Amino acid sequence: MGPLSYTGSAMKIAVCVKQIPDPNTPYALDPGTHFVERPQDQVLDDTDRYGVEIALQLAEATGGTVTLVSMCPAGNLQGIRQALAMGAHRAVIVNDPALRGSGALVTAKVLAAVLRKEEPDLVITGTESTDGYTGVVPQQLAELLGLPSLTFARKVSQADGKIRIERMTANGYDVVESPLPVLLSVTSGVVEPRYPTFKGIMAAKTKPVEQPTTADLGFEPGQVGPAGSAQEIIGVRAAPERGAGRKVVDEGEAHLEIVRLLEQVKVI
Amino acid sequence: MQTWVFAEEIEGAPTTLALEMLSKARTFGGDLAAVYLGAGSDAAFATLGAHGATKVFHMTPGGALPTAAAAAALAGLAGEHQPDLLLFGVAFTDRDVAGRLSARLDRPVLANAVEIILAEGAVQVVNEILGGTMLVDTAYRGPKPWIAIVRPKSFAAEAGVPFSPEVIPVALPEVGHAGEAAVLEHHAEVSEGPSLEDAAIVVSAGRGVGGTEKMAPLHELAALLGAAVGGTRAVVDAGWLPFSAQVGQTGKTVRPSVYIAAGVSGAMQHLVGMKDSGTIIAVNKDEEAPIFRVADLGIVGDLHKVLPKLVEEIKARR
Repeated sequence: MGPLSYTGSAMKIAVCVKQIPDPNTPYALDPGTHFVERPQDQVLDDTDRYGVEIALQLAEATGGTVTLVSMCPAGNLQGIRQALAMGAHRAVIVNDPALRGSGALVTAKVLAAVLRKEEPDLVITGTESTDGYTGVVPQQLAELLGLPSLTFARKVSQADGKIRIERMTANGYDVVESPLPVLLSVTSGVVEPRYPTFKGIMAAKTKPVEQPTTADLGFEPGQVGPAGSAQEIIGVRAAPERGAGRKVVDEGEAHLEIVRLLEQVKVI
Repeated sequence: MQTWVFAEEIEGAPTTLALEMLSKARTFGGDLAAVYLGAGSDAAFATLGAHGATKVFHMTPGGALPTAAAAAALAGLAGEHQPDLLLFGVAFTDRDVAGRLSARLDRPVLANAVEIILAEGAVQVVNEILGGTMLVDTAYRGPKPWIAIVRPKSFAAEAGVPFSPEVIPVALPEVGHAGEAAVLEHHAEVSEGPSLEDAAIVVSAGRGVGGTEKMAPLHELAALLGAAVGGTRAVVDAGWLPFSAQVGQTGKTVRPSVYIAAGVSGAMQHLVGMKDSGTIIAVNKDEEAPIFRVADLGIVGDLHKVLPKLVEEIKARR
């Protein structure tokens, strides 16, 4: 499969997003499959708001479009509507029970199948989801699509059909530039995401959301889910617990408790 | 058992993370090689050798972002030498190369490994979920090579007997459009005091600190204790600390002997980056804050009252 081609100045942008169970609620595991249970009400992964914002800014600057691409149980689409309410134009959600328990590479293959049809100039992702946090889907996607990858961007700009970023490194950052089409993964904090307006929230209710199945995308049943992932969860167990220690309410002298402990561990 | 460990060069030397992975892989027995991405030097190769690598596949990056080409080169080498297990670290370039390699070879990646278990020719990877409260054991079910990404500080880096490994230069192949990202500038961000990963004491800021102008007592305490200053995602997103100071799932994993969390609520994503610290001290106004569940000493109170008094008290004792 050849690389996607960049065809004009109005940037066609796809943003990979995910809706996840609200991180502020306790997650439950299905005891049979060990998969996280997915409620009907899910929220947009907070780390995806940054990619959506960058996409909207680039689309606004070039007169382009923003399509959300996701592989997730659709539920009532609450999380996806949050991103549509920010201003994305439409969404393509691969919502198929056969995908339950898919590993990162299967996820990347499914997203790549959608993206090959969409033919975007720019694919934007976060660096990892908050719930699964495998953190390799962006790179797998880039490889499957034959694209360069501008990863871990903490700053993004564009000019003359090129995207330039500050890419985080172990001891600072590199300035990296790539021609389109390209995959861009952004860190949270790269930009201040907008809040949906009332008008945006109302408009989101009627924006188009396509929901193809894996069969629609040309996958056989054995290619997705646990069978297609070549990995198997063989057990889930409680981690050795770190017991909570003492709790002291400060009434003006609690700093002395810290001093005593620091002395005890010979730090002071 | 043939294991390869990816090692990125930072400031002329292999990363500590690479040395941690080599030290672990040395215990597997069998053949151990490093895949080194960087300018390279005799000293760097000797360090890899001392940590167990008998062979080094050496890739030298040019002006392009080398991740796509490195994955292509590695896929070629893997086809030729048939390694069983390829280890990468939870680090920027490691993740780029591992992800691309996985897609190229059509093999899964098991990420965030905190333990790797060998059992009768099979490999099992252990990772943490739900803020480190649960451990998941996952086994590979397809053909080799198996690819894993290891969290920092999961294993101790231990140099063994000095050894000069065989160094095999590997050319980075032409990969077309995928290789067209160019590195224009490198910037090192030097911070004062010890590095976050190596510091014996870490003073960590959470949203409860309240603003960049209110960070002073934390910096003062850190300077007094010779500690590094870290923070939660909210704090680096707000710009109160540089991105490189982030501790947690998306940031750094630290394991200091003392971790002092100020105004940190203790979200799952933060806990995975620090819960294995020796002694944890937390100061937070909210007595229900989850950080108190892992703290050896929890102070329910205003950090802006407690920390200045703590600083004065430590000064008075010197």
